[in-house]
Amino acid sequence: MTFHQHTLPNGLTILGETNPAALSVAVAFWVKTGARDETPEVAGVSHFLEHMVFKGTPRRDAFTVNRDFSRIGADNNAWTSEENTVFHAVVLPEFLPEVVDVLADILRPSLRGDDFDTEKKVILDEIVRYEVQPGWAVSEHARKHFYAGHPLGNSVLGSTASITALARDQMAEYFKRRYVAPNIVAVAAGNFDWPKFVSLVEKAAGGWPTGVAPRTQRIEPPGAGGVHVVTKPPDKVAQQYVMLIAPAAPADHELGYAGAIVSTVVGDYTGSRLFWALTDPGLADEAGMGVDECDGAGAYYTSFNCDPERASKCYGIVRELLDDVQKNGITDDELQQAKTKVMSREVRAGERTQRRMLTVVKDWVYRDEYRSVDDELAAWDAVTMKQIREVLDRYPLTNQTVTAYGPLERIG
Amino acid sequence: MSQQIHTHTLANGLTLLAERMPHVRSAAFHILVPAGAGYDPSGKFGLAGLVCDLMTRGAGARNSRQLSDALDNLGVDRGESTGTLNIQLSGATLARNLLPTLAIYADILRRPHLPDDELDAAKSLSLQDLQSIEDEPQRKVMIELRKRYYPDPLGRDQRGTAEGVEAVTIDDVRAQHAALYHPRDVILSVAGDIDWTALKTEVERLFGDWKARTRPTLTPETIIPRSDHLTKELDQTQIALAFPSVPIGHSDFYHARGAVGVLSQDMSSRLFTNVREKHGLCYAVYASYETFKDRAAIVGYAGARPELAQETLDRTLDEFRNLANGIEDEELDRVKVGLKSALIMRQESTGARSSAIASDWYFLNRVRPLEEIQSAIDGLTVPGVLDYLRRNPAKDFTVVTLGPAALRV
Repeated sequence: MTFHQHTLPNGLTILGETNPAALSVAVAFWVKTGARDETPEVAGVSHFLEHMVFKGTPRRDAFTVNRDFSRIGADNNAWTSEENTVFHAVVLPEFLPEVVDVLADILRPSLRGDDFDTEKKVILDEIVRYEVQPGWAVSEHARKHFYAGHPLGNSVLGSTASITALARDQMAEYFKRRYVAPNIVAVAAGNFDWPKFVSLVEKAAGGWPTGVAPRTQRIEPPGAGGVHVVTKPPDKVAQQYVMLIAPAAPADHELGYAGAIVSTVVGDYTGSRLFWALTDPGLADEAGMGVDECDGAGAYYTSFNCDPERASKCYGIVRELLDDVQKNGITDDELQQAKTKVMSREVRAGERTQRRMLTVVKDWVYRDEYRSVDDELAAWDAVTMKQIREVLDRYPLTNQTVTAYGPLERIG
Repeated sequence: MSQQIHTHTLANGLTLLAERMPHVRSAAFHILVPAGAGYDPSGKFGLAGLVCDLMTRGAGARNSRQLSDALDNLGVDRGESTGTLNIQLSGATLARNLLPTLAIYADILRRPHLPDDELDAAKSLSLQDLQSIEDEPQRKVMIELRKRYYPDPLGRDQRGTAEGVEAVTIDDVRAQHAALYHPRDVILSVAGDIDWTALKTEVERLFGDWKARTRPTLTPETIIPRSDHLTKELDQTQIALAFPSVPIGHSDFYHARGAVGVLSQDMSSRLFTNVREKHGLCYAVYASYETFKDRAAIVGYAGARPELAQETLDRTLDEFRNLANGIEDEELDRVKVGLKSALIMRQESTGARSSAIASDWYFLNRVRPLEEIQSAIDGLTVPGVLDYLRRNPAKDFTVVTLGPAALRV
């Protein structure tokens, strides 16, 4: 595998990792904008705009956009997070020109008023669809409680009120400000010709306007703390959902690998402390911990859901478990086992062009560097017990903001 | 693309399948055992899942903790799932760890401890799994659809019932394991960077002396599917529907896949374009094909706000019915290129390939070469798909809805 990088005169970055043995090529346009870059008046605009990007351009109407992905057999989709809006597709190698053509074209959407009105209904339905899923709802509430006004706590979907009130021109203004060339990365991974990819992207995107799209409030939130209970009637929500959030290392932090090892030891879906404490004895239906590494900030997410009758017991066990890891750290065997797990996953992810493409672009956007699969393996392997202690001291597992969602009126 | 597929059926009836994939460092495996929820005795619905759970709580020389650690120390990502007819154990890791992993799975299948003192924990997980369905309306409506559309035991929810789970004893678990966990009709498939000779030798060593028994046969009852509405105060009405199709292996199988593709292959397909995009009725709407060995169905799903649910159902059913009135060549061409691309792209995934070859063997008693599938897709024509739809029209829908108010069908 070989890495390539090029920047167009307008500031658009092009990245590639070529692998002649791959059977496909994965391509994406990665826009560095998301919910945290929104003001309250336009809450949800990044995600709504992601939908509108598929609604057509001067060259294509909405159906033609979908048809042109379809006729090259593209496995394509898009997603919006707090920080990024990503449009991606995997195709057979012979379809590289067509996939770049359609992906680049839709990144200059027409934002037609009637499409905007129709799609608004779909977005409103999507909001309801998520609200009725407690596993999602708890995380939405928990983020709000933890971030307490920090823009990383902004809702990606926005609210029924904010989407209802949003006007087409507000979206157009946001687009103009955030979809400038220096804020976009075009990336490909897999079986493709690098000079050809560069020339295709240059032809399609070389004329996009340049500009600066700064991100404000790149500060680490301290975490608001406290125990927050959102009570829902039992005929609406059957189980109790509990989520704890604590500050963790940002994406470019040198202790990031150690932090991810801690979260694997504490909350992986097999063999972790939480697994043995809650899942194995049947106390909780699901329990786990993960780490979200963001731009200038990070967070550990610890969550479980269970029968409401056992929720307070489970919560007590989780707090004790986190206190214990904070105080006594992890064992050598746990460190070794976690490394084995994450390295096995890294190798397997490296075999899929889409996973590699996303890793390559993420490393570049967040760390300003390229890391091969072997670089990643070496970094995991190099994590020491000293770093584990350092990351626990710097980002304590005891600094939790707790949210409970379900039938209970109090927890603990 | 040249494929390297190996098959070997042991004298006791277990079949080993392998596909060697160049350029990967990993290997994935799938194990299918005909021991699913369909075999659960009356009054003990949920037994299959409990057996499956308890099998991993200690086996061979290892207790539960040691077993889990051994797999984690081999870097095995894994899962167990209970289906209606089969239970499935699957996993993936680095290729060099495959054979030691399979040795652990031989213990799990053949020498599980099935510990009495962990039955309550397993039951508690089953009961919470049943409870969690109430919080996932889409999953719930599909389960309720299958219960009403398929005859028992094919329509059974593999999770069973709370009463059934509570009634199970450790003797039930052990008896069910003894009756169903033997090598006849078991499939073990592997895909990745494998050495066939070494794999075959090791599998013979691990499973060759496993004794076969006769397996009870399942006879689905004869029922007439029925539509239904389940009232629940939800902010989104859940709509599920089904009607008959032809099973995999039938000469019309690819026609059925082509028809479903025109409806729901991607964002240019009819359901997405006409129900979601043109009218903005809902976020999610799809159709898919599902098969047993002897029967199959096309199922559909949509979720819409209650005030839009009737129109969503009407338009969705119209799309199904209209299919037989005509399909453009261009529509079918897109389905064909999509099916073929997906087929090739799945060749990059060891997990997808080990699953695909196991599924082929289960349904067809052979592994379809990629060329065969590609050529069948190439051979799809609009007249062929329309002719299939005339013989298997979209009608006699079974519709199950979940939400505040019933809908007219």
